[in-house]
Amino acid sequence: MRYRHMLASVALGFATLACSGAKAVEIEYWQYVFDTRVKAMTQLIAKFQEANPDIKVKQTTFPYADYQTKVAAAILAGQGPDVVQLFYGWTDNFISGKMIRPLRAEAFPSADIERDFFPIVSAMKRGNDYYGLPTAVRSLALFYNKKAFKDAGLDPNNPPKTLDELVAAAEKTTKRDGSGNIVSAGMTLDMGGQDHQWWREVLIRQFGGVPYTENDTKVAYNDEAGQKALTFYTDLQKKHKVGQAGFMEDGQAAFRAGLAAMTIDGTFRLGSFGTIKAFEWGVTELPANAQGVRSNYASYFANAITTKAEGEKLAAAEKFLSYVSSPEAMKIWMDVVGELPARRTAALTPENIANPIYGPFLKGLEYSHTTLFKDEAAQRQVAIDMANRVLIGGEDPKTSLAKAAEAEQAIIDRAKR
Amino acid sequence: MSVAAHREAATGGLWSRMSLGQKQLIWAWGFLAVPLLFYVVIRFWPTFQAFYLSVTDWTITKPAAFVGLQNYKRLLADPLFWQVFRNTFLYLILGTPISLLISFVVAYYLDRVRFMHSFIRALYFLPFLTTAAAMAWVWRWFYQPVPIGVINDMLSGFGIPQQPFLRSTSQALPAVLAPAIWAGLGFQIIIFLAGLRAIPITYYEAARIDGLSEGAILRKITLPLLKPTLVFLVVFSSIGFLRIFDQVYNINTNDPGGPLNATKPLVLMIYQTAFSSYEMGYAAAQTVVLFLILLMISLVQLRLMSDR
Repeated sequence: MRYRHMLASVALGFATLACSGAKAVEIEYWQYVFDTRVKAMTQLIAKFQEANPDIKVKQTTFPYADYQTKVAAAILAGQGPDVVQLFYGWTDNFISGKMIRPLRAEAFPSADIERDFFPIVSAMKRGNDYYGLPTAVRSLALFYNKKAFKDAGLDPNNPPKTLDELVAAAEKTTKRDGSGNIVSAGMTLDMGGQDHQWWREVLIRQFGGVPYTENDTKVAYNDEAGQKALTFYTDLQKKHKVGQAGFMEDGQAAFRAGLAAMTIDGTFRLGSFGTIKAFEWGVTELPANAQGVRSNYASYFANAITTKAEGEKLAAAEKFLSYVSSPEAMKIWMDVVGELPARRTAALTPENIANPIYGPFLKGLEYSHTTLFKDEAAQRQVAIDMANRVLIGGEDPKTSLAKAAEAEQAIIDRAKR
Repeated sequence: MSVAAHREAATGGLWSRMSLGQKQLIWAWGFLAVPLLFYVVIRFWPTFQAFYLSVTDWTITKPAAFVGLQNYKRLLADPLFWQVFRNTFLYLILGTPISLLISFVVAYYLDRVRFMHSFIRALYFLPFLTTAAAMAWVWRWFYQPVPIGVINDMLSGFGIPQQPFLRSTSQALPAVLAPAIWAGLGFQIIIFLAGLRAIPITYYEAARIDGLSEGAILRKITLPLLKPTLVFLVVFSSIGFLRIFDQVYNINTNDPGGPLNATKPLVLMIYQTAFSSYEMGYAAAQTVVLFLILLMISLVQLRLMSDR
């Protein structure tokens, strides 16, 4: 008798489950683990589900290191996400693997996208189709430790505006021990962090060159400009001795610990630096060259709809994508993660421009460039090795630059095949 | 009685007609089949798959196409491969003898210690239980430059110029190898101790009565009788050093295998080719090469050390 009761209640349970399952469409959203991003997305999903009670969104996250592999393996096996976050630089890979589908023009008209978003969103366009839309964009700026500036007798409200001023400020803020070892750096050197972007899209242009030509498929930096840019960078350690590659492991760790007065990093670091209690820090635009030329590197993670989404899931995925690229979602994302809204009107509000932290990043966005990477990790490795050959191996910048150009061109050519 | 038994056998069919020995054989193979099947599916099938992949250009996202020996040609022409090849063998020819020498000396003397023997043995074994990743992280901080690096702090305390360690192309490999050797010591010491204990005491007693010196006992009795243990440890630790990965990867996560590929072993190159550049075919070719190297070295070692 009791057994029957149990059976009945189990059956009832299944029935209710099945019932609620039939009412709501469940779609899966995947992104990598980054504390604030996950938090922001959880908030967005809650808001979205409130407005669309018939859709459930399940968020799955895992470490960045395995991200691409897992996404690729899952989608190709017919599993995985309906909406997926991807770095703009992976788009070619995802398209050629038939992992993501073009956005339907009826749901996401190109004209609207081009009118509303920052032009760097064009890195998601192939032919006439867009393959994804970002919630937020990121640019670089110079972070500086106001306490270190004050201690060195510099005005904490007047950060360096040019490259020469940067070097001068770094020299003043560097602290050394009796044997001349750096105990607190003036400027971080970390090619594995954002410095390779700074070198590629900013310094090379400021010294009169261009990093690539022909849609970023031909390496063009193996010239005098590239040489000057690399020499400027490596001289920070070799000549001015204001920083040291590998000091405190990486640049952001040194800055966080208060052991580096300046570092170049992106908007995505705001959340993490926001928790610093020991000192006050400020942000300023990346320094201009002597002629006042500025540049910046902008990038973004976009959200795309996968080939797995069909029928009502596709409709739900489109709704979700348009919500996470709405001005409202962008506002939440900026407040939680610190990344800039990808829509011009949402980003360039007078309030944001006047903001001492967002302002410099937003200004950078106006003159920024976006590198179309073929294999971001490998291309970054080329830059890391190029700097190491000079800094560790004592090679002259010209030779090291030529090797880097050759290695990077080989990577790009191989990806084209 | 015999008629009834005959009838039973006839109805029982094949099974009843088998002898006891045959039945036992079937049972044995029945049980063995489970792990065997598991092994074939989990181990051998992927191995053969790797051989096949190594002659294709599979990139996860693009379907595989047959390219013949192109991956192998590219590998032989790749200067990175030869550098990595050299690194891998440096790990082997430095790591195996050094670790065996240290662990033998420790085991040899530990065998004579009665006071707190188990406690000291446990201390030596402890690093073996520690996760390689955690250990590599601790050591990478040891090797840091002055404000935070313990080793460099001590050096500059004595007025010795600080060393770059992991930021040097010549010092990085030994610096990575040191914690790897240290981590493996515990295991090797335990095995050596077991080997030492297995030598009958009577041999030593006889030698001492005959007036042999300690050095002679070591050379004439201990070492020859330890040979099976030694063979096992040489093969085992060689394979370990040839496959070194987690120590290298974790001690320099910003530039794994760096600086300038000075510490990159073959396994790390395979990993990066496969899971960073997604060139699965090329990575499979590297795997096949690693497999052949491991196979060859193991066979040679077994030959050299176990014969005679």
